[in-house]
Amino acid sequence: MGIHFKPGLRVQRLFAGQSTMRLVAAGMMVLTAGVAHAQEKTVTAVMHSGLRMLDPIVSTAHITRDHGYMVYDTLVAFDGDGVVQPQMASWEKSEDNLTYTFKLRDGLLFHDGAKVTAADAVASLERWGARDGAAKFLMAATDSIKATDETTITWKLKEPFPLLLDVLAKQSSVPAFIMPARVAATPADTAITEYVGSGPFEMVESDFQPGVKIVYKRFEDYKPREEAASGMAGGKVVNVDRVEWVSMPDPQTAINAIMTGEIDLIENAQIDLLPVLEASPDVTVEIRDKLGYQGFARMNFKHPPFDNVEIRRAAMTALGQEQVMATMIGNPDYYWLCGAIFGCDTPLGDETGSETLQAGGDKAKAREMLEAAGYDNTPVVIMQPTDIGAMGTVPVVVASELRDAGFNVDLQPMDWQTLVSRRASMNKPSEGGWNIFTSFASGVEANTPLVHPILPSTGDTGWFGWANDPELEALRADYLKATTPEQQKEIAHKIQARVMDNVIFVPLGNYAFVQVRSNKLTDMLPTPVPVFWNIKLAD
Amino acid sequence: MLAYIIKRTLAVIPVMAIVALIVFLILRLTPGDPAAIIAGDSATPEQIASMREAMGLNEPIYLQFLHWIGQLLQGDLGTSLLSGTSVNALIASRIWPTLYIALLTIVMSVLIAVPLGTIAAWRHGRLSDHIVMIISVAGFSVPAFVVGYIFIKIFAADLRWLPVQGYKDPALGFGEFLRHAILPALTLTTAYVALTARMTRASLLNVLGEDYIRTAHAKGVSEPRVLLQHGLRNAAVPILTVVGTGFAMLLSGVVVVESVFNIPGIGRLTIDAVMARDYPVIQGMILLTSGIYVLVNLAIDLAYTLFDPRIRY
Repeated sequence: MGIHFKPGLRVQRLFAGQSTMRLVAAGMMVLTAGVAHAQEKTVTAVMHSGLRMLDPIVSTAHITRDHGYMVYDTLVAFDGDGVVQPQMASWEKSEDNLTYTFKLRDGLLFHDGAKVTAADAVASLERWGARDGAAKFLMAATDSIKATDETTITWKLKEPFPLLLDVLAKQSSVPAFIMPARVAATPADTAITEYVGSGPFEMVESDFQPGVKIVYKRFEDYKPREEAASGMAGGKVVNVDRVEWVSMPDPQTAINAIMTGEIDLIENAQIDLLPVLEASPDVTVEIRDKLGYQGFARMNFKHPPFDNVEIRRAAMTALGQEQVMATMIGNPDYYWLCGAIFGCDTPLGDETGSETLQAGGDKAKAREMLEAAGYDNTPVVIMQPTDIGAMGTVPVVVASELRDAGFNVDLQPMDWQTLVSRRASMNKPSEGGWNIFTSFASGVEANTPLVHPILPSTGDTGWFGWANDPELEALRADYLKATTPEQQKEIAHKIQARVMDNVIFVPLGNYAFVQVRSNKLTDMLPTPVPVFWNIKLAD
Repeated sequence: MLAYIIKRTLAVIPVMAIVALIVFLILRLTPGDPAAIIAGDSATPEQIASMREAMGLNEPIYLQFLHWIGQLLQGDLGTSLLSGTSVNALIASRIWPTLYIALLTIVMSVLIAVPLGTIAAWRHGRLSDHIVMIISVAGFSVPAFVVGYIFIKIFAADLRWLPVQGYKDPALGFGEFLRHAILPALTLTTAYVALTARMTRASLLNVLGEDYIRTAHAKGVSEPRVLLQHGLRNAAVPILTVVGTGFAMLLSGVVVVESVFNIPGIGRLTIDAVMARDYPVIQGMILLTSGIYVLVNLAIDLAYTLFDPRIRY
């Protein structure tokens, strides 16, 4: 029998090495640290994605943007009514509209204790301006941005830029976060490696596990503004000690965890699992971001058959939003039909040209249009991502609708990252290119011509699909110069009509992220970007 | 023995070199662009192109390979393209949950499976044998995520005895570690018990038919002694092989169980890296996995000598 003990001893020896040393040493630390953490209020949230990339200027990923709002602050911000308000700085504008003077408020500190200076802001704005699409318009109109004293930033323009404050306050993606000048000196296409901001939360670097967990603690020296929090503006008062974002790859696990009280928030719950939660008295199922997301189909303008606008129009006529949304989301409480490219119920919302989309499509008319356009049965390669849940169903519906209208469809399944890579290929569809892919844009980053990511239609330098539409570009340029909301609305209407007429993309309906919140967690602001100031956590 | 160990250890080098070359080339031939992933869905082609350039992804493949090999020779697996974290540090932080749960699983599996397999062999053809075999077939046939969900439903959601998910390092308290690790380990144990019990039964049945067992019985040696000392000891080599390779498989990461129970192990690290085309992490993980297999096999070979004195190296 003795022989059987030997493997056991080997196991003991294995434990007796590094593991036990770690165990004892860390145990001692935890015994003491545990006392300090005993009374801490920690919010544990499962966000829509794991956080891996920490530079909110380099990456347009929403989770990285959300991280940015925890750690960094912005000079100005939109309030809940969509009006730009002072945040880190107040401003004055010269009478000729060519000079903006920003004054940093008192008491602004970075997490390392250093004062936030105008030089930090200038360096951060320059890096952001070299990266962000909307900021590039602003920078093109800029003569100089200078720190004229320790707390004053003087922004001189070559020509009036009425939307300067809107661009500075934009929430997505990429916001104009302020970093220390030494960090902002990092080239705009290289990720930063130091994560010091002046926002209401500090990142606990030692607890960061990429894709798994990130921990923030309240920045004790943060001085909130005195106004009440509203939108992304106002006082960012932090009422909890720590916020932990954990990622859970299995949606069912997150549902179970919130039911048992292990977590406090699921930012984006899987809709088919919601009936279990809707019956629970301990949690609230809600739509926090009323703008939601818009699904869309994008055609490739470079290759047949969609280099022909008549065929693009035939394809759009074949599609119906209800079929797409019913398949993708299912529950009509969480989706709505909307033909407005800037979102419905928004200041620029306008549904011109979306009649057939909202009526479920018109296959017979689409067939006629296709025939009249001289479609020669060229195969239409549709890329279908199979690994991102419900989004993978959209291309299947699109393919079915197009087939019914007479298109020769080649639906090609692949993982999302392959799609992301392949959509950048300008090759022919038969040589690794593509004809259609579907994706979605968040309402907050697609609600004006300034920020909408898919609108740029400058051919090879535009967004994937490479639409070349000088008329649309001229309208976008006009929008930048519009000085009143009425003018903006009028131009947005023309852009809507142009996008639908030239089929720059096809809006496939809007849907919401459905948030599940423990009832212990209250006062969460109804912002498109999830924020953790203002919230309260009951014991 | 020492010469054998040195020879086997040195043999790892060409194996790992071939693995490194194949992995590097396969990854570069796979569609996907880490720069596009980092830049995000709203990024323009221009932004992605500048990221590719800054990340060195536009360099010729042979230069990228030489750069990586140069790092490897210094013990550096590179840096994650996504998080900027060193791959060594990523693996070091993610291997412990996998290792601890693998150990717990193997210990529980052996403690349950070897007695079960022994009883089945001892009671060959009788009711207890059939019951053990039915349990084994069931344990092996039901997918791990189903078993995991059933355990969560019973022990976490309904009874509230154990947490639904998560992992606690044993350094933060062994009790908390066990509370979090017991369900994933039990889930894995279900399959490994099935495998090990079947192997124990088959191997022991083979041995129990040998002449020396009959001789032992004839000499009046007690039944437990015949079974355990003469039988089980001689049946140990194949059992050890199954347990050892099972351990290597567990160490390579158990993606489904890590996902269901939200354990930050190396299985999830690998899958996340593959999905994000994080080349240095994928390369590091495949090298690590290959190394684990080679070393565990070496350890199994050496352990044979403990059970069978006829084996010499």
